[in-house]
Amino acid sequence: MAKNNLAYVRTEIVPESPAPDLSKGIIGWVKNNLFSSISNSIMTIVGAMFLMWVLPPIYGFLFGNAVWPGEGVTVEDCRAKGAGACWAYIDDRMTFFIYGFFPKDAYWVTQEGLIASIMTYWRVNLVFAVGTLLLVPLMWPDLKYKLLNSILFFVVYPVFVFFMLTGGVFGLEEVPTVKWGGLTVTLIIGLVGIVVSLPLGIVLALGRQSKMPIIKTFCIMFIEVWRAVPLITVLFMASVMLPLFMPVGMTIDKLLRALVGVSLFSAAYMAEVVRGGLQALPKGQSEAAASLGLNYWKSMGFIILPQALKHVIPGIVNSFIALFKDTSLVAIVGIFDLLRATQVANLNLDWASSNQAITGYVFAAAIFWAFCFGMSRYSIMMEHRLDTGHKN
Amino acid sequence: MADLRNNHNLAPKPSFFNDPKVRSIFYQLVVMAIIIAFVYVVATNTAANLAAQNKSTGFDFFLQPASFDINFTLIPFDRTSYYWEAFVVGMLNTLLVSVIGVIFATLLGFMLGIARLSNNWIIAKLAMVYVEIIRNVPLLLQLFFWYTVVLKAMPGVKNSFEWFGGFVLNNRGFSFPKPMPDETFNLVFIAFFIAVIGAFALKYWARKRLEQTGNRFPVFWASIGLLIAFPVVVWLISGANLAFETPELKGFNYKGGLTLPSEFLALLFGLIIYTTAFIAEIVRSGIVAVDKGQTEAAQSLGLKDGDRLRLVIIPQAMRVIIPPLTSQFLNLTKNSSLAAAIGYPDLVSVFMQTTLNQTGRAVEIVFITMMVYLTLSLITSVFMNWYNARVAMVER
Repeated sequence: MAKNNLAYVRTEIVPESPAPDLSKGIIGWVKNNLFSSISNSIMTIVGAMFLMWVLPPIYGFLFGNAVWPGEGVTVEDCRAKGAGACWAYIDDRMTFFIYGFFPKDAYWVTQEGLIASIMTYWRVNLVFAVGTLLLVPLMWPDLKYKLLNSILFFVVYPVFVFFMLTGGVFGLEEVPTVKWGGLTVTLIIGLVGIVVSLPLGIVLALGRQSKMPIIKTFCIMFIEVWRAVPLITVLFMASVMLPLFMPVGMTIDKLLRALVGVSLFSAAYMAEVVRGGLQALPKGQSEAAASLGLNYWKSMGFIILPQALKHVIPGIVNSFIALFKDTSLVAIVGIFDLLRATQVANLNLDWASSNQAITGYVFAAAIFWAFCFGMSRYSIMMEHRLDTGHKN
Repeated sequence: MADLRNNHNLAPKPSFFNDPKVRSIFYQLVVMAIIIAFVYVVATNTAANLAAQNKSTGFDFFLQPASFDINFTLIPFDRTSYYWEAFVVGMLNTLLVSVIGVIFATLLGFMLGIARLSNNWIIAKLAMVYVEIIRNVPLLLQLFFWYTVVLKAMPGVKNSFEWFGGFVLNNRGFSFPKPMPDETFNLVFIAFFIAVIGAFALKYWARKRLEQTGNRFPVFWASIGLLIAFPVVVWLISGANLAFETPELKGFNYKGGLTLPSEFLALLFGLIIYTTAFIAEIVRSGIVAVDKGQTEAAQSLGLKDGDRLRLVIIPQAMRVIIPPLTSQFLNLTKNSSLAAAIGYPDLVSVFMQTTLNQTGRAVEIVFITMMVYLTLSLITSVFMNWYNARVAMVER
């Protein structure tokens, strides 16, 4: 007896019926994510009330009531009752935030227009432009010539920056480092910190893994001491004690002192990140290298480090973020970085209003945030790219 | 053939210059020599510099009068006190802000980390926005923000906020009534101490009972009750008196009571807000790291949501959480040194700034300060390693 002779057995598949209205589209999403249970609904209401309490004043301060730069906008607008952030002040002091007291070009400062305003600080702007041109292809994972690019960025570029900003050669006016300031100095400290701390960190990490007891002990002590003390004590040490370490009568540039402190400090952290990568590598890799007859440096340079460093790119970028944020501490030992420039600008009486300080800090915070957030997104992107899906 | 068999275990003997052992000793001697030469040059230069500047050295300054004031101290301190007392004041202030900061940052960080994993979209996104903003802005900038913008925007002394007639908030800080216990009040403290011991005993007994009978005892609520009720009963019976000295406006400032200066509040807020964001990320990653099968297994055993988190998920997540959490505690302690920037008298501000400027003993003071932080971080690591070993997985 054929089964499908029975009248009550269906022979065709029932057409799919649409999902209930309550579980699809916006309504379904709202139900699942905001009102799935009583406690969830209470949290939604509390959260929404919090947003309604917090967002309007923040929006009003930053945008709605803010004083934007424009024709005829003066400090009086910022002093008016109910005025929000005084963006006109930021606009007016923008060059100070970026370049500090860097001398203006004698010819271009007399000219008008956008090109003239760029050319007024052409030395710093050229440094920025070259840096961007080298950095973008370096960070772009699909582009080739990474080795050449790295050498250009990590070796040639710092030298270029040094001569371009200090001057004194090629007919450039000499600019002492005390005149450098603002975002320029913040970026320089960040760059030097990165350029010095990465190789030094790799050396320290290798030393820590070494089988030679004296070298190992020295590296462990160096790393652990730097990691145990706050950066501010390191900076104080650099600014107070480095001059004492030099031969009598020799002075050492203030910015250089801070650079030494920041670089050694972040090298210790970098060493620990690199060590993580070295330890994550299976032992078979170094054994394979040894069985091929490679010596220590060749096996490190060709086999171990390329893999280990690739593993820890996110960690390295994270230490760059920490380093970039830490550069703000040099303000305490009197280096004129972005934070110090903000503080000094905030004391400027031309724009004195009750919102001056908060506007300045919000602006500085936004710049720091943009750099750090960008780096952290980049590290997440690299993590996804490097994740081949078969861990271990 | 016999020769070959006897020799095949022996590696070929390398020449003297290629022997790895000889080379290793040679390299180490070179490094050693460089380090010693470096230390020697630095030491002689420093001595020469100090001599050229006519600066004395040594630790005798500790016993000299400090002759400066500190606006927030946990021990009595005035202009006639010695430098070693200033050192202790600074260290206690660092410890105070670190310990309070660690406690609050841990609590808030756990809450925020769990909130980021919440099913509720608004709560999860709010937590995410908080973490992403706070983590990517330098702490020093945040401290300046809290200090200049928020705390200094508080009303002046004349227009202070006052609540309940004793809690006062103005731009100088937060004042609150100071408890003035009389002598019999010591009995209450003793009672509290006994209650703490009692709570531990209760926990032990409840565990025994659970193992024998399978009945649960509400240890947590019972302990809380014991900790509150017993001292209160002793207080009422003994008739001990607890007076409060409330802050009063006298002249230009509030006198009496206890005052937390605005520098302390700004530093504490800044540290808590900053570290909370980092701890939240650690907690989130720790919970995510626990295998989903563990949740399902716990559900299939019929555990309630709370028990599932408390007995299955959190203990396993803790193994992932503890090591980075330790370094966050250390970071908070180290970050408290930013106090120097906003004028809270911590170790760096009192010792490394004021004392160093007054005595000029740069080498000694920097060395001691670094030693203090080194010791603090060693103690924290030892404690957290002990705790980590306790929660570590026991492999069978």
